[in-house]
Amino acid sequence: MKALSWLTIALVVLWAVVPALFTGYDPLAGVPAEKLRPPSTEHLFGTDAVGRDLFARVVHGSVHSLSGAFVAVAVGLLAGTLLGLLAGSTGGLLDDAVMRVADVLLSVPGLLLALTVIILLGPGTVNVAVAVGIGSVAAFARLSRSEVVRVRRSDYVEAAFGSGGRFPAVLWRHVLPNSLGPVIALAALQFGVAILAISTLGFLGYGAEPPTPEWGLLISEGRNYLATSWWLTTLPGVVVVAVVLAASRISRSIGRNTT
Amino acid sequence: MSLLDVRDLAVSYDARPAVQGISFTVEPGEVVAVVGESGSGKTTTAHSIIGLLPPNATLDGGRILLGDSDLATWSTRRMESIRGAQIGLIPQDPSNSLNPVKTVGAQIGEVLRIHKRGDRRTISRRVVDLLTRVGLPDPETRARQYPHELSGGMRQRVLIAIAIALEPRLVIADEPTSALDVTVQRRILDLIDDLRAEFGTAVLLVTHDLGIAANRSDRLIVMKDGRIEEQGPSGQVLSDPQAAYTGQLLRDAPALSVREFRAVEEPTEVEPAIVVRDLVKEFRVGRRPFRAVDGVSFEVRPGTTHALVGESGSGKTTTARMVVRFAEPTSGTVTIAGAGTVAGKGTERDFRRHVQLVYQNPYGSLDPRQSIAAIVEEPLRNFRRGDRAARRRRVRDLMERVALPESLLDRRPRELSGGQRQRVAIARALAVDPGVVVLDEAVSALDVTVQAQILDLLEELQRDLGLTYLFISHDLAVVRQISHTVSVMNKGRIVEFGTTQRVFTDPRHDYTRELLAAIPEPVR
Repeated sequence: MKALSWLTIALVVLWAVVPALFTGYDPLAGVPAEKLRPPSTEHLFGTDAVGRDLFARVVHGSVHSLSGAFVAVAVGLLAGTLLGLLAGSTGGLLDDAVMRVADVLLSVPGLLLALTVIILLGPGTVNVAVAVGIGSVAAFARLSRSEVVRVRRSDYVEAAFGSGGRFPAVLWRHVLPNSLGPVIALAALQFGVAILAISTLGFLGYGAEPPTPEWGLLISEGRNYLATSWWLTTLPGVVVVAVVLAASRISRSIGRNTT
Repeated sequence: MSLLDVRDLAVSYDARPAVQGISFTVEPGEVVAVVGESGSGKTTTAHSIIGLLPPNATLDGGRILLGDSDLATWSTRRMESIRGAQIGLIPQDPSNSLNPVKTVGAQIGEVLRIHKRGDRRTISRRVVDLLTRVGLPDPETRARQYPHELSGGMRQRVLIAIAIALEPRLVIADEPTSALDVTVQRRILDLIDDLRAEFGTAVLLVTHDLGIAANRSDRLIVMKDGRIEEQGPSGQVLSDPQAAYTGQLLRDAPALSVREFRAVEEPTEVEPAIVVRDLVKEFRVGRRPFRAVDGVSFEVRPGTTHALVGESGSGKTTTARMVVRFAEPTSGTVTIAGAGTVAGKGTERDFRRHVQLVYQNPYGSLDPRQSIAAIVEEPLRNFRRGDRAARRRRVRDLMERVALPESLLDRRPRELSGGQRQRVAIARALAVDPGVVVLDEAVSALDVTVQAQILDLLEELQRDLGLTYLFISHDLAVVRQISHTVSVMNKGRIVEFGTTQRVFTDPRHDYTRELLAAIPEPVR
């Protein structure tokens, strides 16, 4: 299972890096004569309403979805871990303030929060990614704070202060490396969640502009042909599900190794 | 016929042998002590008798005869019928062995209910009887209490009550007192002795403490690396050990080897290295302040070892933490010669350079992600001592100082044994040439032979480097061996202070006498 998960992620990353290796079709140029063909050996995932090869669109779309998810996780991981580290290591008023803000953010559904941020920033691929990232800051902050608090109490951190270590040095050398394990596991999980969230926002029309082949947008476009051409929604959907499941499986194996 | 007859027992964990063909017998009403260091296979032996080996263990061979039946061939299902009824178990750790969400009475009643001994009324009467029998005051109230409301000693009594509830023929006591204070330890062992006399129960006592084994057993089995090194009547084994290993254990056990007291020179006009004056520490427990340390004063002369002795809750660790400034005193002062009195900004790091702490648990005090080299080098980096090459050299010198091979430098702490880890912690403490080292139960977690080696190392370092030690310990036998002067602490106060020789040979306070009475007498 674990090997299959890594294989799935590796394949999707390769799609994003060298799409030409996997498909010879142009994702944007359609052949009207071949519109709405069901899956066949010639067109693996079939074709859409303007005769574009769907597999090519999924392969070329992976770069948009993956980079979006990557930005989202990076925003959440960096901002969240920084806040959690600060809150957990200083304690007191700052800790309370940061954690109460995190409580408020956690009480709002993630998608609603992302939508709110998009309204403020305006739609667009990068903005959607940032919005999804901001939605996960609270979760990262809370997890990393709890880890930092645990590590802070350990003998070796006190021993580091005892051997003359200054606050930032001890934080960097001992507290951060020892509290990062579960946070990395959450990052892997969040990667899958971000792909899903970005696809959802793309589906709702806040993400990439058509005709960009973004996964959420692909599903959204296929919606109009649901009754006649099932492959337009189902096959991109299966790809999204596979990637999300693989990310969560990898996250679980990381989590198990670190505890 | 013997009550228990173990023949050629062999057990392995994931194909690594833990017990390799051992044979012994336990006669009715007899106490047999199994002694050995950690990893010797003593606990594995005990657990295989009662059929409670962990899932990754396999019984490779041998017979475990209880009367006529061979327990080695029995299924788990069948073992359940004799656990509790024929063989009772007193587990090691009283704080983890009781269910926190059930009352004590319900947990004792459980064993009676499982073996269907009477209805609810008779069971609850029997529970109160048992609690009375194991010496708990006010048994009706105790039966309704939860484990967290009882002290460690009381919990151990409850566990004993569970073990003897069905009056089994054999009780296996796995380190029954290791987690308890010495005075409590003695009372628990007395209780086990009484019960044996009353019911004629045989006891298989598993312990790492030779002192206990010597005093409390009829026969002694010495184990090492899964084999029996020696077995025989206790007196004979102790007075005339046949195996070399037994001899070494006897020499290393601080309770049994009588060394010379460390002499203190006549008072001269030297400034004391540590002066503690009227130290008080209060903690808030709800509304009421609780005085953990209540007016403690003592002085330590440079180059000597002062021991703070006491049981858990006596305030000795809190005092040590105030001395190293990891805790703020509520009032009172600590003066360390050469490191200032008040914790000001400028003097703080100077203080850290001068005073070092070595922790009890060598597993927790080393960062698991760092290499040994990085751990020992850390203080040098913090104080910017020399360039990289000079620091490397210094780390190698320190490793040699604490007698660790250089090949360990690239390892992680988890690859080292407990004794090696404690040596690393000592090397780290010595890195920036401190004058004062505070040792908080620094040898308590170690096996006796390792303990003896670390104590020798500490003594040697003190002689060579002129270090002053503040030695915190609950173990009087260790204190007797290493310290020049002693303060005995009880409930936050120092009840007795003097040279080690005076305190041990002529104790003046009742509490000191009680503590001394609790350590096993030297056998020779």
